Amino acid sequence: MAQDHDHHHDHHHTHDHHTHAHDHPHGSELSPMDLRVRALESILVEKGYVDPAALDALIETYETKVGPHNGARVVARAWTDPAFKARLLADGSAAMRELDVGGRGGEHMVVVENTPDEHNIVVCTLCSCYPWPVLGLPPVWYKSPPYRSRAVIDPRGVLAEFGTVLPAETRIRVWDSTAELRYMVLPMRPPGTDDLDEAALADLVTRDSMIGTGLPLSPDQVVQA
Amino acid sequence: MNGGQDLGGMQGFGPLGLEADEPWFHAPWEKRVFALAMAMGLTGTWNLDASRAARESLPPGEYLTSSYYRIWFRALERQVQQHGLVTAGELAAGAAMTPPAPVARVLKAEEVAPLFARGFPSDRPVTHPARFAPGDEVRAKVVNPTGHTRLPRYVRGRTGTVERVHGGFVFPDSNAAFAGEAPQWLYTVRFSAIELWGEDADPGLSVSVNAFESYLDPARASAA
Repeated sequence: MAQDHDHHHDHHHTHDHHTHAHDHPHGSELSPMDLRVRALESILVEKGYVDPAALDALIETYETKVGPHNGARVVARAWTDPAFKARLLADGSAAMRELDVGGRGGEHMVVVENTPDEHNIVVCTLCSCYPWPVLGLPPVWYKSPPYRSRAVIDPRGVLAEFGTVLPAETRIRVWDSTAELRYMVLPMRPPGTDDLDEAALADLVTRDSMIGTGLPLSPDQVVQA
Repeated sequence: MNGGQDLGGMQGFGPLGLEADEPWFHAPWEKRVFALAMAMGLTGTWNLDASRAARESLPPGEYLTSSYYRIWFRALERQVQQHGLVTAGELAAGAAMTPPAPVARVLKAEEVAPLFARGFPSDRPVTHPARFAPGDEVRAKVVNPTGHTRLPRYVRGRTGTVERVHGGFVFPDSNAAFAGEAPQWLYTVRFSAIELWGEDADPGLSVSVNAFESYLDPARASAA
């Protein structure tokens, strides 16, 4: 792969040509980035490679339609329907299609189940692979070096930073998404939820509980919220 | 390549940077970069593996200190130039100055919902039988390709157990180099933390990766 010889384009916002981009906090690049991205978009539109309406549709889709509410529906169904859960663990994508959940970034879903003995946590050390149809676009921390570096070597430390405390004897399984398989954690159904229906159960399912960095809420926590 | 993207097991990056009620995007330009990367990918000029290769070939110092959508933007700038869609002069001027190159598809707004709901499966038939079966002990090869690979450094040379056989999938190392999809069997291989990180590691911890067949040797044969 050719090395990057044009990186000085990054620095037109500074008068100090000896200062590298990584010396700046990210906040200071926002305004120049807006200008640069706008320039690239206008070139690509002018040359007919992209349709601005399609860009708007993409943004709208991933800002308003795709998100962890989809995954929460899947989890709540698995908690209430043992046959669905069995299908979900056997072929995640096929079972999710029953609930009209699927698509880009979820073509090959693998669902891993937490048990009292074993807790699962998902990472993509090499980039940002994440199950878009069930969780939406990944949060910044999921795509950033601290999480990607530590999740595979110190997952208990990572969990502690999330405030997620597991019994010391609970084994931890880390899933590094190094190919086009995308993982979703099926968390354990919280105690004291026997009388909740599927919709109320879905309200307990957080994004982080489906990544494995968190646990589902208890019914008390939802009432408080 | 052994670039800034291969982060598993590195230390010293500090806190995770958790953010309560995080928005989907943190600046208007991030939305546009996201959408541009998706839409340009669908012109058929390159593939997802090539985009990953472009992102991870940023110099490590830049990769590690750039926000994720900035990495996408920098890669997109390079890709449109490398594929002759936009010239360096156009990027510098911020305006189109040359005729467009032909592209296979221009994504339309009405295509977004159906295309993205269907997705872009990367499973492919493989004609020969799988070399490994669940339970097999395998060793990840020690390799240091200069191009794209999905075999992280932290498992290279380590012995693990095949857990699942997933069928044939597009081989990213080949596809990223525009050398064909060359599908291979894909496996889940599980490693103990002690094997990966040493005897002081948590005995109750294991790490699984998805590994293509050519990344793996039988554990015993590799000792011979």
